[in-house]
Amino acid sequence: MHSLAEPILLLVVLTDFAVLATSRLSACIRAIASQGVLLGTLSLVVDGAWSIHAIALALGTIAIKAMLLPWFLRWAIREASVRREVEPLVGYMPSFLLGAAALVVSFAVAARLPATGSGPLLVPVALVTVMIGLVVLITRTKAISQVVGYLMLENGIYLFGLTQARRVPFLVEAGVLLDVFVGVFVMGIVVFHINREFDSISATNLSELRES
Amino acid sequence: MLSAILSLALLLMLAPLLPGVAARTRSLLTGRRGPPVHQLYIDLWKLMRRGVVYSETTTPIFRLAPIVVAATVVIAATLVPLDRTSSVLRFSGDAVAFAYLLGLGRFLLVLGALDTGSSFEGMGASREVTFASIVELGLFFAIATLAVATQELSLSGMLGAPLGRHWAQAAPSLVMVALGLFSLLLAECARVPVDDPSTHLELTMIHEVMVLDHGGPDLALLLFAGAAKLAVFSALVVALIVPAPARSLPVALAILVAGTVGVAIAVGVVESATARLRLPTVPLYLAGAAALAGFGLVLVVR
Amino acid sequence: MILLALILMPVLAAVPAFFVTRPGARTALLLGCATVHVMLVARLWTMVGTAALGGWLGVDGLGLIVLTVNSVLFIVVVSYAVGFLRAQRAREGRVLASGMLVFLGAASLVALSHHLALLWVGMEATTLSLAPLIYDRHDRRSLEAVWKYLVLSSVGIALALLAVFLLATAQPSVAGTRPLVLDDLVAGAGSLDHWWLRASFVFAIVGFGTKMGLAPMHTWKPDTYGEAPSLVGALMAGGITSCAFLGLARFTQILVAAGLEGFARPLLLAFGLFSLVVAAAFIIGQADVKRLLAYSSVEHMGLLALGLGLGGLGTYGAVLHVLNNGLVKGLLFLVVGNLVLAAGSSAAADMRGMLRARPVSAMLAVLGLFAITGSPPFGMFLSEFAIVSGAVQQHHPVVAIVALALLAVIFVGIARMILEIVLGARPAAPLVAIDRERPWMVLGPLVLAGIVLMLGSYIPSALQQQLARAATALGGSAP
Repeated sequence: MHSLAEPILLLVVLTDFAVLATSRLSACIRAIASQGVLLGTLSLVVDGAWSIHAIALALGTIAIKAMLLPWFLRWAIREASVRREVEPLVGYMPSFLLGAAALVVSFAVAARLPATGSGPLLVPVALVTVMIGLVVLITRTKAISQVVGYLMLENGIYLFGLTQARRVPFLVEAGVLLDVFVGVFVMGIVVFHINREFDSISATNLSELRES
Repeated sequence: MLSAILSLALLLMLAPLLPGVAARTRSLLTGRRGPPVHQLYIDLWKLMRRGVVYSETTTPIFRLAPIVVAATVVIAATLVPLDRTSSVLRFSGDAVAFAYLLGLGRFLLVLGALDTGSSFEGMGASREVTFASIVELGLFFAIATLAVATQELSLSGMLGAPLGRHWAQAAPSLVMVALGLFSLLLAECARVPVDDPSTHLELTMIHEVMVLDHGGPDLALLLFAGAAKLAVFSALVVALIVPAPARSLPVALAILVAGTVGVAIAVGVVESATARLRLPTVPLYLAGAAALAGFGLVLVVR
Repeated sequence: MILLALILMPVLAAVPAFFVTRPGARTALLLGCATVHVMLVARLWTMVGTAALGGWLGVDGLGLIVLTVNSVLFIVVVSYAVGFLRAQRAREGRVLASGMLVFLGAASLVALSHHLALLWVGMEATTLSLAPLIYDRHDRRSLEAVWKYLVLSSVGIALALLAVFLLATAQPSVAGTRPLVLDDLVAGAGSLDHWWLRASFVFAIVGFGTKMGLAPMHTWKPDTYGEAPSLVGALMAGGITSCAFLGLARFTQILVAAGLEGFARPLLLAFGLFSLVVAAAFIIGQADVKRLLAYSSVEHMGLLALGLGLGGLGTYGAVLHVLNNGLVKGLLFLVVGNLVLAAGSSAAADMRGMLRARPVSAMLAVLGLFAITGSPPFGMFLSEFAIVSGAVQQHHPVVAIVALALLAVIFVGIARMILEIVLGARPAAPLVAIDRERPWMVLGPLVLAGIVLMLGSYIPSALQQQLARAATALGGSAP
C-alpha cells in the first residue's frame, strides 16, 4: 500500500459527501468525475508497483469514469435543461446525516472485518461509498441524480475490487468497465427519452405502472 | 509562565489587526483598495470616548453582556498554548472549559440581544443559537479527535510540543480536524460564507444584528471580543498545523504573529472567492464542517 | 473452440444484423445463427468436461442445462420473430435482432463461465442487451418500464459484483490456484475464509435474486414483463432468470463445498417461500395477463430458490425445474403474446373469446396453463413434485405444506384468467392488428409444448446424467 493511497481515499470520501450535500446537478457530476480521477490514480498507487496492467487500468478508469461518462451526463442535463435537484425525497440535511451515519457504520464494521492486506482505509471507504451511493439513488428524484448514485455505488464496489487488484485479471476489469459504461450510456438515452416524453426528468413521473 | 503571559498580551494587542487584514485581502482580491489595515484600532479608540445610551426597556443584563462576552474570550485565550509550550492556565480537561467559556459568552450575547425586545435582534439571536448548536458539535468533535490522538485532556497537552510526533501517526485525521476547525472559525467569527461582516442588512445578518443597540464602550468591547475570538481561533489553527516546537520565545512569537495573520489572509481569500450561503443552507455547511472533524475522530478511533 | 464460438458468433452476428437493410437478410441471419447455436450446443452434450481459456470457460452439467434452455428458447423466439416482424410491416427490427443476438452471446457466456467475474460480465451484458427492446412501443409506459428495469437490475447486478469481489477476498492467494475460478474454489473450499464467504453469499442472493426476480426484489418484473413485447418477455422469463439462477447456484455450490450449507440454505428457503407468498397474493385478482405471467415467474423463481435451499431431492428438482420453467415460460409468453396482439390489449377483460378468434394459440395457452401450474403429464409436474418431496425428505414438512397450499392458490388464479380469456364471451371490441394466425407465430410454441410434454414422461439418459451431476455438485442427490 503506497502512502499516497491514504490521502486519495480521504478525498474520495469528501467527494461522496459533496454529492450528498449539493443540489446543483453540474456540481454532482463534477464531484463524480473527480471521484473517477481519484479512482484511476488509486489503481496506480494501490499496488506500489507500476505494471502495464495497472497503468492500462488507470487510463481506462479515468477515460471512462472521469471523462466519457461525465461528459455524457452533462450532455443529458443540457438536453433536458435541468440544473437542480429540486425536491429530493429526503432533504439535504437528513441525507447528509445519513451519510455521516454510514461513515461511522462503515468504519465500525471494517474494523471488525478480517484484514485484506491492502491498508486500513480501503475497505471502509469502499463501504461508505457504496452506502452513500445507495442513499443518493434512493432519495433523489431526478433521473440524472439516480444515475450519479448508481455510478457512486459502482465506484465503491470498484474500490473494493482494488483490494483484489492483483488477482482479478485485466480482461475482467475491462469487461466491468465496459459494462458500466454501456449501462450508464443506456440510462442516459432513457433519461433523454423521459425528458422528451414528460418534459421533465423526474423519476416521480414514472408512476403509471402499479397494481391497481 | 512569563513567555505564556507575554504571548497572550501580544495576541490581544494584535487581535484588532486581524479583521483589518482579512478585509484588506478581500478588497485587494476584488480590485478595491479597502479600509486601512488598522481601521479597527481607530474605531475602538473612537467608540471608547463616546457616551452610551441605554434603552428604558433594557435590564442590567444588557449592560452585563459586552463585559462577559469580552471577558470569556480573554479567559478562553489563557487556555490556549500560544507560546507553543504551555498556556497561562492549564488543567486537565481545560479543552472542555474552552468550549463552554465561548458558549457562556454566546449565551450572554444572545440574552443581551433578546433583552432589547427588538424583533430584529431576536431574529439574529435565534439564528445564532441555531447555528451555534451545530458549531459546538463540530468543536467537540475536533477536541475529541485531538484528545484521542494525543491522549491528553488539556489544550496545552494536545497542541503543545508533542504534536509533531502525532502528525506522523495520525496525519489524515489531523488534516480533517484542521479543515473542520477552519470552517468552524468562519462560522464562529461571523465571516463569509456564514455571515458577512461588511453588510448591515438586518434581514440577512446574524452577528451584526445582535449588537445593533449597543453603543460606545459597550460596542467597542463587543468588537474587540469579536476580533479576539478570531485571533484565538486562528492561534488554535496555527498551533495545530505548525506543530514544530519553538526553540526560543522570539521564534514562538514570530510564528504566532505570522500564523494568525496568515489565517486572517486565508479568511480574506475565502471571503473573496465565495458568496454568502443562503440561510437554509448554512446548517448543511456547518454539518459539513462538523462532519470533517467527526471524520477525523472516526479515523483516529478506528 | 466451440465454447468460444458459442459466445462470439452471436455477438459478432449482431453487427451485420444492425446494419443490414433488407429485412429478409436479417431474419435469415437470425435463423442461421440460432440454428448453428443449437447444433453447437447439441454437440456440446458429448463434450462435458472440456475447458477453454485456461479454465475460465468450461462445460458442466448445470451450465449445459442453462445453455440448452437459452439456445432452444432462442431458436423458438427467433422463429416467432419472423412472423412477428412480418405482422408489423412498419417495423424494421434492427434493434430487436441485434439486441437478441447480443443477448444470446451473453447468456452463453454466463452458462459457460467458470470464472465468476466473467460470469458477472455476461450477466450484466444480458441485462443491457434486452433493455432497448423493452422500449418497444416508445410511449410513456414502456419508458417507465425500461427505467425501473435498468435501475433495479443495475443495482442488483452491482451488488452481485460486490459478491464476486468478496468471494475473491475469501480465497487465500496460494500459488497454483486461479483466483475466482469455480473449479479451484470448490477444490480448495476448505481454505476459504468463512466470514467473507458469508458476506459474499448475502450479496449474491440479493444481487442475483434481483435479476431472478425473487421477492422482495421482484418489483421491476411485472412492469417490465407487462410492457415488453412478448418475445422479449419470453427471453427474460425463460433466459435471463435461468442465467441469474445459475449465478446464485454457483455461489451455493461454493458455500456447500466450504461446509456452510447451514448458512446458505435457510436464506434460500426464506427468499423462496416469500416469493411464493408474494406471487400467490398478486396472482389472485390480477387483471392483466402479462403481469400475471410476471408473477408466475416470481413464483417459479421462488420454487427454484426453495429447491436450492432444501438440498437432497429438492436440489435435483430445482435443476430440472430450470429446464421446464425456461421452456414453459417461452411457450406461454409467445402464445399469450399472440392473443394480446389479436385483442390489442393485455387486460383480461378485453381478451375474452379467444378460442374462436385464435383457436391454435388459445389451445396452446390452455396447454401452457396446465404446464405452468405443474399438472401431469407435463415436465413441471416432475420437477415440482421433486422439490416438494425434497422438502419432506429433508424434514421440512411445514415448507412442503405451505408450498403446496400456495401452488394450489396460484393454480386457481392462473386457471381462472386463462380460461376466461379462452372461453369467455367475446366483448364488443373488434379484433385489431393481425387478421389471421400466422404459422411462424405458433410453430415455435407448438415445438415447446411438445418438448415439455415429453419431459413429463421421458427424460433422456444423457440429460438424466447431467441433472444428477448438477444436483450432486449443489449438495443434493438424484432419485
